[in-house]
Amino acid sequence: MTQAHRSPPQKKPQEAALAPELPPFTRSRKGIAFTTAAAEGRFSLQKCAACGQVCYPPREACPKCWCPDLPWTNMPAGGKLLTESTLRTSFNAYFQKRTPWRIGTIQLDAGPVALAHIHGDVAARARVRMIARTDKSGQGVLMALPEQETPNMADDQQLQTLTCDPASRRVLITDGCTETSQAIARAVAAAGAAAIFAGIAENSQPCPGREALEGLPGLVFVPLDLGNPQSAAELAARIGDQVDILINTAALVRPAAGMGRENVASARDEMEINYFGLLRLIQAFGPAMRLRGREGEKGACAWVNLFSVYALSNSRVHGTAAASQAAAHSLSQCLRAEMAGSGVKVVNVLLGPLDDAWHRQLPPPKVTPGQLAGAVVTALQEGIEDLALGPVAEDLVRRFRQDPMALHRELAQIQQS
Amino acid sequence: MKTNSNRSGYDGIVVTSPVSIPYERYSPEPAQWWFGRALSALGISSGLGPADIDGLCASSFSLAPDTAVGLTQHFGLTPRWLDHIPTGGAAGVMALRRAARAVQSGDAGIVACIAADTNQVDSFRTMLGSFSRFSQDAVLPYGAGGPNGSFALMTREYMRAYGIGREEFGKLCVAQRHNALHYPHALMKTPLGLQQYLEARKIADPLTLYDCVMPCAGAEAYLVMQENVAADLGLPFARLLSTIERHNAYPDDPVQLRGGWAMDADELWGMAGVKPAEVDLLQTYDDYPVIIAMQFEDLGFCEKGASAEFIRHHTFTFDGSFPHNTSGGQLSAGQAGAAGGFLGMVEAIRQLTGAAGSNAVAKPRLAAVSGFGMINFDRGLCSGAAILAGDSA
Repeated sequence: MTQAHRSPPQKKPQEAALAPELPPFTRSRKGIAFTTAAAEGRFSLQKCAACGQVCYPPREACPKCWCPDLPWTNMPAGGKLLTESTLRTSFNAYFQKRTPWRIGTIQLDAGPVALAHIHGDVAARARVRMIARTDKSGQGVLMALPEQETPNMADDQQLQTLTCDPASRRVLITDGCTETSQAIARAVAAAGAAAIFAGIAENSQPCPGREALEGLPGLVFVPLDLGNPQSAAELAARIGDQVDILINTAALVRPAAGMGRENVASARDEMEINYFGLLRLIQAFGPAMRLRGREGEKGACAWVNLFSVYALSNSRVHGTAAASQAAAHSLSQCLRAEMAGSGVKVVNVLLGPLDDAWHRQLPPPKVTPGQLAGAVVTALQEGIEDLALGPVAEDLVRRFRQDPMALHRELAQIQQS
Repeated sequence: MKTNSNRSGYDGIVVTSPVSIPYERYSPEPAQWWFGRALSALGISSGLGPADIDGLCASSFSLAPDTAVGLTQHFGLTPRWLDHIPTGGAAGVMALRRAARAVQSGDAGIVACIAADTNQVDSFRTMLGSFSRFSQDAVLPYGAGGPNGSFALMTREYMRAYGIGREEFGKLCVAQRHNALHYPHALMKTPLGLQQYLEARKIADPLTLYDCVMPCAGAEAYLVMQENVAADLGLPFARLLSTIERHNAYPDDPVQLRGGWAMDADELWGMAGVKPAEVDLLQTYDDYPVIIAMQFEDLGFCEKGASAEFIRHHTFTFDGSFPHNTSGGQLSAGQAGAAGGFLGMVEAIRQLTGAAGSNAVAKPRLAAVSGFGMINFDRGLCSGAAILAGDSA
């Protein structure tokens, strides 16, 4: 049974910090396609378009019929542990520091056999449930979990290298005054966060729901205004070395397209919060989190950005906001590159319209604060980096993947109403 | 898969001049230095020089940035036949097969087969990182245990499937250490007892320290030529009776419990016209003891799954019953990279040509040499074997 691991992850100063080592990160180009799916929490393998053979490790042509068309396809998660070993030594410093390390050969229900990390509660030759996730090097790996939930299952030390469970961690939520942020704060608290810092602008815009939130265990309001050039840096000077998970909930959305306004004031406000705000956070909190990500399991582990799905392709209803979201989404790609190798996952959530005052004119379905909060916490607990939330976002992401140019055209054509 | 009953024999093809360059745990010298030593020793052993060698087959993992062709200019060779086989543990048999056909057809007159590798302080770890694409994508990210991890998985399943135990594996390791103590170039110089084997430090369960080879630097070489050429040169030789080779055998077996020998063993014995029981000594590829057991079974020295009983029945020492890995094998002599794939071949030629020292088997006539190599993903892909006979056989 997995030992519960719920004590606050305080690092002892006299303890040598883990060296900045990583699991092996080199992959073939096809191997990176495996990672792309793993970042979404999907277990996807190549399946031959001609004969249906499922291939693993990634190949350039089918070994049964030589067909070169091997589309990545979601696979059933089941499997059986055939044989296993506990490594007592490794050629890689990251694993050497973490031995003993359990690995095994899995007969996948999908067809092939695969080597995988093995959860401590998996019994010899038992049925398993496979997950694909990104590891500390940001590359996709397979792990075999017990088929049924076991006590404290999430606390397995090997599994925890793939996840960013808020339990016992300290979380910064950048805007504590929206219904969405407050739902996330409650969900993170319920997940066992050790501390929650909730940002509040000092310029005293009303903060409805503040009093109710202040009763949450471990929650403190901290001054943070992403429209203010100094605010993020001042807060980072105070708590920058304590933030294990940063969730950027600050966003500004005004219903405006290109025409119909006489100036760029509202568009500038959107850029100020949505793009420059994220940039200010990155400048203020990025370096310390990157450094602390390398402290291994006791360090920083995730940075969550929330974007409108229209960051992928503009919709004129919120045309200027979507443009600022596109800029921010691009910046998040830059952040992911800068965090690469640090062990800090950059989690991008693409959202359909939120069920809030600024999206009233859009028809349902919408994403409720509770759905968003639940999805963010689940993504952290499961170690997922990329997700689309809500039917609108899922639909647009699917269409974007099929043909981005077609999606641009679809969103730009005359709207029937 | 079809076997080829129309294969030509190896009539008149012989191997001579077995050469081993004493291994070193770490060497500051590059692989080219070890090739140079091997050529120099071949020259001394055979009386031949650069102008006499018109075929070269090289095997190495650490020769970069050179390939075999760079060796020709480096060492003053002008061969009309050249091969480069980076296939590790199967390279000794594979080199012999290729050289034998080259000589038989007249494409070359005298082929030098050489395997050499250096081992610098960090080179084994570095080599693992670039070993194969499948390893990069699907093995190293899982704990980077290297071959220890891969063979641990295989060993556990073999033990479960066939009821072979650590005592049997230990007996093989202990016998090889006995042999190594009588072979001057072996790196392991102290006796090993079964208890010591069983109580050794864990490496990758169920493997412990003495299941694993020690990477080192070294070189092994031999010459292939026509019998009349060897006779004219006055070189003691062994005849090549038969060979087999197979890659990626049984690709759908979920865990490797058998190798390509099982597909081809009948052809090996049929072509040689001898039976397993007639063999006087066997050299297997022994990077881990489970692979030795697999070779005993798949080559037909015992039934599949019966190696535990077979191991209990013999001593495996050069001076006992069923002499096996008579120079200590890689487990006790060291694993000199690709030269590990030549170790058994060169030792067999030494034994058959009367060149073995205090580890000599009494009057051997027939030797079997087996190779295994290249854990590309989850299993060794290459297998091969050869039957050699002494001059008087």
